[in-house]
Amino acid sequence: MSWIDIGHIDDIPLRGARVVKTPVGCVALFRTAKDEVFAASDTCPHKGGPLSEGIVHGQSVTCPLHNWVFDLNSGQAQGADEGQIATYSVQLDGDRILLDSTSLGQRSAA
Amino acid sequence: MKQKLVVIGAGMASGRVLEHLTDAAPDAFDITLFNAEPRGNYNRIMLSPVLAGDQTYEEIVTHDDAWYAERGITCRFGEKVVKIDRDLKVVEGENGHVPYDKLIFGTGSNPFMIPMPGHDLDGVIAYRDLEDTEQMMGMGAGNKVVVIGGGLLGLEAAAGMAARGADVTVVHIMGHLMERQLDPAAGYLLKKSLEEKGITVLLNAKSTEIAGKDGKARALLLEDGTELPCDLLVMAVGIRPNTALAQETGLAVGRGIHVDDQMITSDADIYAVGECVEHQGEVFGLVAPLYDQAKVLAQTLLGEDAAFKQRSLSTKLKVTGCDLFSAGDFAEGETREDIVFRDPARGVYKRLVLEGDKLVGAVMYGDTADSNWFFGLIRDAEDVSEMRETLIFGPAYQGGATADPLSAVAALPPEAEICGCNGVCKSEITAAIADGATDLGAIRATTKASASCGTCTGLVEQLLQVTLGDDFQMPTAQPICGCCDLTHEDVRRLIKSQELKSQEAVWQELGWKTLNGCHVCRPAVNYYLLADWPVEYQDDPQSRFVNERKHANIQKDGTFSVVPRMWGGITNPAELRAIADAAEKYDVPTVKVTGGQRIDLLGVKGADLPYIWSDLNKAGLVSGHAYSKGLRTVKTCVGTDHCRFGTQDSTGLGIKLEKLLWGSWTPHKLKLAVSGCPRNCAEATCKDIGLVCVDSGFQISIGGAAGMDVKETELLVQVPTEEEAIEVVMAVTQAYREGGKYLDRLYKWMAKVGLDWIRETVVDDLDNRRALAERFELSQSIYRKDPWAEQAKEAPRFAPMADLTLEAAE
Repeated sequence: MSWIDIGHIDDIPLRGARVVKTPVGCVALFRTAKDEVFAASDTCPHKGGPLSEGIVHGQSVTCPLHNWVFDLNSGQAQGADEGQIATYSVQLDGDRILLDSTSLGQRSAA
Repeated sequence: MKQKLVVIGAGMASGRVLEHLTDAAPDAFDITLFNAEPRGNYNRIMLSPVLAGDQTYEEIVTHDDAWYAERGITCRFGEKVVKIDRDLKVVEGENGHVPYDKLIFGTGSNPFMIPMPGHDLDGVIAYRDLEDTEQMMGMGAGNKVVVIGGGLLGLEAAAGMAARGADVTVVHIMGHLMERQLDPAAGYLLKKSLEEKGITVLLNAKSTEIAGKDGKARALLLEDGTELPCDLLVMAVGIRPNTALAQETGLAVGRGIHVDDQMITSDADIYAVGECVEHQGEVFGLVAPLYDQAKVLAQTLLGEDAAFKQRSLSTKLKVTGCDLFSAGDFAEGETREDIVFRDPARGVYKRLVLEGDKLVGAVMYGDTADSNWFFGLIRDAEDVSEMRETLIFGPAYQGGATADPLSAVAALPPEAEICGCNGVCKSEITAAIADGATDLGAIRATTKASASCGTCTGLVEQLLQVTLGDDFQMPTAQPICGCCDLTHEDVRRLIKSQELKSQEAVWQELGWKTLNGCHVCRPAVNYYLLADWPVEYQDDPQSRFVNERKHANIQKDGTFSVVPRMWGGITNPAELRAIADAAEKYDVPTVKVTGGQRIDLLGVKGADLPYIWSDLNKAGLVSGHAYSKGLRTVKTCVGTDHCRFGTQDSTGLGIKLEKLLWGSWTPHKLKLAVSGCPRNCAEATCKDIGLVCVDSGFQISIGGAAGMDVKETELLVQVPTEEEAIEVVMAVTQAYREGGKYLDRLYKWMAKVGLDWIRETVVDDLDNRRALAERFELSQSIYRKDPWAEQAKEAPRFAPMADLTLEAAE
C-alpha cells in the first residue's frame, strides 16, 4: 500500500463527488452524508456516463445518464442492471483523503 | 239506531273514508253523499291518461252507481250544498234538507286562477275535473294551446294535448320545470324530453295579460312583449283548499279547514278530510297523506283510537312517459355531498344528497326502479356510509357489509357513461380492452376515458378488472419509490401540514426507509421543500440531477451545452459577438439555434463551464436555464413593433414575463410564449402557458405541450390589461408550483385538478390570485438570480481534484 494525499474532505461536496485523473483513467471520489469516502471508476460500464456527476445516496451513486445505481462498497450495479465498476482503496486520516496508489498503478506497472 | 252521516264532496279522500267505514261497519251509519259534480268518485290522478286517450272516463271511475247502491249510500250528485245549520244539525242542499249526526267536509280544492286581465275570458280553463279534460280533448292538429304552469298538472295537460296534435307552449315563471320536485338537472332532462315531443317550453316567463277577441281568449302576452296566440289557455298554477262553505258555516279556517289529529274540526261533530284541510299548518295535495287521513277519520268515526301523522313525502310521478322521483331535501348545502349518476344515452339522471352518513334527499329521472328503497333510507335516516360506493346503483348491489363495487360495474349497461369529461361509455372501453388496451394508460390513449379530471379512474380500473379478470392487476397508490410508502401527493401534503422544512425532517417524520433517499425521491423532496418553504429551506444542489447542479445540459459524451438567456428571444450585436467569441475560445464544436429562440453552444467541457459562463456574464448574458425544471423561455413574435397584424406589444410583454419568472423552479419545465395576434407566430398554443394578444386584451391559455404528448392549450381567461395578464400568469405558475407532482408538466397537473378549478380559484378568486402572485414573488426574491455568476466563483470545483497521471509517469 502506498497512500497518496489527495486533498481535504471538504473539497468534495457533502453527498457529492470529485474526479481524480489517474493512470487507469478518471477515478471518482465520493463523499457520503456520513462523511465516508469511496473511490471508484468515474465511468459507467453502460454508456460511459460520468458517475461523479450522479446523485450520491446512502452508500450508492446513480449514473446521471440512465440511472444505473452502483453500490460504492462493491462496485456492483444494483437492481435489474448487470455490471460492475472498479473500486479503489481510500481512507481518511483526519480530514485528509488518502488514495492507495498501488491499486491505481497496476495497469501502468504491468 | 243508525247514526246519520252526511258527506259533502265525492272525491278521492272522502271516497276512501266511505270504503273503510262500510267495510268495517256496514250498518253503523245512514249515509248521504253530496257532490257538486254530476257524478261520483273517480280517480282524478288518472285524468291525464284520459286526456292522452290512453284510458276512458269509465275506466277511471272508482265508485259506480252499483257500488253506492250496494252500500246503501244516498247519492245527491250535481246538487250543491247551500247552507249548514250547526244548531239544528241540518245540511241544506239545493233540493232539500238532510239532518246529520256527523258531518264530513270533503270539499277538496279549487284551481288557482291568476287574476290577470282576461282571466275570465272564454277559453281560459283550469285543469281540475272531467269538464276541463273534455275541453282539452277537443284540441288537435291546427289548434294552438298555451299552458301556464310548469308543474305536474300543467305538463300533463301539455303532453296530453300535444299527443292529440295540438301546438302547445308551456309558460313557466321559474328557471326550471317542476322546481318543487326536481333539481335543475332533472328539470333540464324533462324539458328536453318535452321538446322532443314538439312542446315549446318557455322558462323564466312572466305572463301579464290574456288578450281577448269577442269575449274569447286570443293570445297570452308575456312581460317581455312576446305574444302567444292560443285557441285555449290552460292555467295550471296550483290549487287552493276549498273552504268557502266551511267558512260560512263558522268553522275555524286558515289556509284550509283546521283539523286535529283525529280529523275533527272546531265543531266536535264535523270532520274534514282531503285537500280542503289544514293540519298543523300544512295543506295537502298528494294522494298518500289523503289516504292516511281517510283511514284515521274512518277509525275516529268508529270510536277507535287513531291519529294522523304527517310523514316525510316522496313524489314518484310519470310525466309524459318519463319516470320521475324525488324525495327528501335535495337542496345543495355546504355540509352536503352529492352522488350523481348520468347516462345520457338512456336519459337517466340520479342524484343522491348525503349529509354526513345519512341520505337526506334523492332526485331521479328516467329510471325510478329503486326509488322506494332510497325513500326508505331517507325516511329511516339510515347510516349509508358502508354502502356509499355502490349506493347509487341501488339495492341490488348492496350485498350486506361486503358490497362488491365490481358487480355494480359489471351490471352497468353498455351505453352507461363512464367518463363524463370525454363522453366515453362502457362499451367503448370494453371494445378498447378487447383490442388490446389492457392498462389504464392504454385506455386513456385509445378512448380518452379518465384522461381528463381523472375521477372515473377507479371505474375504468374496475372495468379492466371485470373484463380481464386475473390478467389485470389493480394498481395500488404508488409510493414515490422504494424509500418510502407514501405517494407524491401524500408527501406534498405532509410537508405542508406538518411544516417539514428540511430533508432530515422529511426522512424522519415520514418514515423514510433509506438514509437520505435516492435519485428518484430526493430531487422531488428537494423541490417540494423549496417550493413550499422558499425562505426557510435551502436548495440542495446535491439533490439535483446533474443538469440542474451544473446549470448546463449533460450530453451523451459527458460534455455540456450552454444556452445564454435572450429575454423574449431578443438579442443584439454585442451579445452575438460575445457568444461568437466564447464559442471560438472554448472550441465549441456545434452552435445551434433552438426552438425556443435561443443559441445553444454544444460540446463544452465540464471543466471549462465556469470560464465560459464568466466570459458570457461579462457581456451581460446570464443562464438561460435550458436545463431546468423551471422557467425555460418566453417565446415571442414581434407584435406591434414591426408586424402589420400585431395587436399588442407581445415582445415587450414576453420580456417582462421572462424577467419576472426567470430562475423559478417548477415541477417540470415551464415554457411560455406570447403571440401578438391570433395568427400565433410564437406558437403560444402549444406552451405550458400561452398568451395570444387580441385587440381587446390578452387571452391566457394553459396546458399545452409539444413533446412526448402534443397538447393544445385550453383557454383559461381573457383579461383586458397587461398588468392583469402578468398577475394571472404568476398566480397560475405559483398554483402549479404548489400543487403539481414533481415531473408532471402543467397539462398533467391541469388534468388532475381540472381547468374549471384553476379558473375558479386562481383566476376568479381575486384574493387568492393576489395571494398566489405574492407567494410567487416571495420565492422569486430568493431564486431570481443568475446561477452562472455564483457557480463561476467556484471554478476550482469543476476541475479534477488531483492529477495523478503526472506523478505516475515520474
